[in-house]
Amino acid sequence: MTAEINFMVGGEAGQGVQSVGLLLAKALARWGYRVYADQDYESRVRGGHNFFRIRASDVPVEAVKESVDILIALNKESIDLHRREIRDGGVIIYDGEKVPGLTGNDLFSVPFDRLGREAGDAVMANTVALGAALGLIGYDFSLLNELLTGFFSGETGAKNVKAADAGYQTVKMFGGGRLKMTRAGDTKRMLLNGNEAMAVGAIAAGCKFMSAYPMTPTTAIMEYLAAHAAEFGLVVVPAEDEISAMNMTVGAGFTGVRAMTATSGGGFCLMVEGLGLAGITETPVVVVEGQRPGPAIGLPTRTEQGDLEFILHASHGEFPRVVFAPGNVEDSFDLMVKAFNLAEKYQIPVLIITDHNLANSYFTTEKFDLSKVTVDRGILYDKNKSTGEYKRYAYTESGISPRAFPGDRNALVVADSDEHDEAGHLIEDAETRTRMMDKRFKKMEDLKKEMVPPKIYGGENAETLLIGWGSTCGVIRESAGILNKAGGNYAHLHLTQIWPFPADTVAERMKKARQTYVIENNFTGQLAGLIREQTGLASVSILKYDGRPFTPDIILRELRKQR
Amino acid sequence: MTVTMEDYSGLVPAWCSGCGNFGILAAVKKALVELNIDPHDLLLVSGIGQAGKLPHYTRGNVFNSLHGRPVPPAVAAKLCNRDLKVIAFSGDGDGYGEGGNHFIHAARRNHDITYLVHDNQIYGLTKGQTSPTSDFGFVTKTTPQGAPPPFNPLSIAIAAGATFVARSFAGDLDHLSQMIKEGINHKGFALIDILQPCVSFNHKNTHAWYKERVYRLDGDRSYRPIDKFAAFQKAQEWGEKIPIGVFYREEKPTYESEFPWLEKGTLVSSPIEPIKAEKLLAEFF
Repeated sequence: MTAEINFMVGGEAGQGVQSVGLLLAKALARWGYRVYADQDYESRVRGGHNFFRIRASDVPVEAVKESVDILIALNKESIDLHRREIRDGGVIIYDGEKVPGLTGNDLFSVPFDRLGREAGDAVMANTVALGAALGLIGYDFSLLNELLTGFFSGETGAKNVKAADAGYQTVKMFGGGRLKMTRAGDTKRMLLNGNEAMAVGAIAAGCKFMSAYPMTPTTAIMEYLAAHAAEFGLVVVPAEDEISAMNMTVGAGFTGVRAMTATSGGGFCLMVEGLGLAGITETPVVVVEGQRPGPAIGLPTRTEQGDLEFILHASHGEFPRVVFAPGNVEDSFDLMVKAFNLAEKYQIPVLIITDHNLANSYFTTEKFDLSKVTVDRGILYDKNKSTGEYKRYAYTESGISPRAFPGDRNALVVADSDEHDEAGHLIEDAETRTRMMDKRFKKMEDLKKEMVPPKIYGGENAETLLIGWGSTCGVIRESAGILNKAGGNYAHLHLTQIWPFPADTVAERMKKARQTYVIENNFTGQLAGLIREQTGLASVSILKYDGRPFTPDIILRELRKQR
Repeated sequence: MTVTMEDYSGLVPAWCSGCGNFGILAAVKKALVELNIDPHDLLLVSGIGQAGKLPHYTRGNVFNSLHGRPVPPAVAAKLCNRDLKVIAFSGDGDGYGEGGNHFIHAARRNHDITYLVHDNQIYGLTKGQTSPTSDFGFVTKTTPQGAPPPFNPLSIAIAAGATFVARSFAGDLDHLSQMIKEGINHKGFALIDILQPCVSFNHKNTHAWYKERVYRLDGDRSYRPIDKFAAFQKAQEWGEKIPIGVFYREEKPTYESEFPWLEKGTLVSSPIEPIKAEKLLAEFF
């Protein structure tokens, strides 16, 4: 029997929903649980309604569940909005002194506010709530003590321990342990979100330059790199706009530095001309695009997978590119490292497409193994191995011209956004144009050999195939698992590399299945369209475009409708 | 080594004969030779337009970027490799229209680059439309009723915080090369707006028109380019008399100096050591 628990923390912006949620997730990870947590918040600094869902299980989980075991309601609105999501026997912990007049078996009042004030500051009401929630599952208080003193420094740490203890004791006194859990194991795992995994991946990969303009949901990548810039010798430039951010990144890549930018769809709109500049000048750059519902401002703090086709075709003209779509935090780290290597080896832009859901959701994962991170800078110019003057775009068998960097005593590096000759000077003739296009696209042949294969769960003989891409990996996998447990015969194929497209694998599996469903967070079924374009095979789309992520329950309901 | 004119000879220019760009190209080469800068230490970044072609007509490392975008790659290159002398080339459409925002913010942050703007008050490459610096009322194909008031690059640079603001004239080789030399030697963002006759499409602001009006600021002993308000006032002067020279000069920390770790070595030369990221992982447990 699986041990599992689902928490929800609800409140308004500024009440500490995020810190309680994160601490709770961390507490459960330290207790040996696999944890997945997502965040739902409004585009405002104070007020509104936010919630943080935490799911902990003794088996791997990478999706949230709809039913809640414990709701930590920091205000009345959280109760009004989420009470119906509480499962039978579940509990709402709330402050009955602030929210009087409610009745029901599911309610458990803990005077957050008063106990916080008694511990030293009303601001710690949320820490009281945290203590109460963990008291309810019989969490080891000494571990909570350790967590809080690590999170808050000095006297603040001690005060928060006092506040948490007050909540913890209240629950213990009045029927605590109703939802008692035990430690799941001793394995130590990291707990981090998609943005953090990408930022760590970028530093590990040797990214030394980043220029960006803050935009939800990827701002945290820029902030993380800026916070570690001095320690790792990086330069992070907050640019005046995304046009500049992208063009700075290209300039940095040209000089021989590993460089990146990160944005969301709206910012990426401003970057696409610069992306084409990287394409024609054969400059390595890594671009992270965190999708949110568009067009225009759309829903700034929500999630969607609506930019796939945009990313695949961004910029006028044609040039080779790679598009990755990580499915979880391990992918976010691994693909970031791979992105920098491919960008330099093939001298192309590499795009990593993520979304609000993955960027801000927390996953437990095994420790990243930095000893396995390899660095491939591609073919570099060596005077002793070449004759004549250096030519930046020299024709070669592979289409890859050796790179030299400005400042090399033996080479002058000339790059041009105009179509150019081998030396980098602008040309107009048809013959050179054709040869240069051929040269650039020649690189796709070797690139295809380095493809990240789709992740496949389930047997070859599965009757029904579920296909997804990017952040929906965990939720589709879990859905397939539930269906198989109930006697179904499902497989799940998940794409983390979108371009070059792994057409052979996808076609092979689709042909074996009787029916294929493509599950996407968008309106038009963009992956389904791409699959049809690349394989000629049709599928049925399951789509969601309300700005919220899928849950297994939603996928199961939609599949039932199809039958 | 001693650098000679030969070191800076490039392809044959595709400009109209009599174009002001020839004067600018000659002045750039003269300045580089006189400063004895090895082309290998030089990065020429340009935008699009006739000015954007200049780097191809001399020698050095070259990054010919997009329309309006020479400044972002130029400032990034300087941050990545501070051993390079970085000069960005732009035009009035490229630099003051398309790239206006980059211009303002690069001036504000005081990146250590030299920015040469070939200002002919007209769009040449697209054959004769109004530009941000076209004179008020100037009739072009896109402004048959006359152009709106012009953009004043000097007063904007001064207001934005540029630390070296100058104007010169493509028809005065000695003055222009002197300005370029001072710009290159200046630590910080150096703008040189260059009055450049367009022989094909601007029949108002001609070589003779500029020649008649320009006067050198350094001939006026009472003008000292250290007073921001005086500089701003001087930048308003345009018409019968057009001042050329250094309008404003200031020593201020460069943007590069905000990253003291760059003193130890360039980003380009810093090694990639993935294992060093190990220490980042502890906070996630």
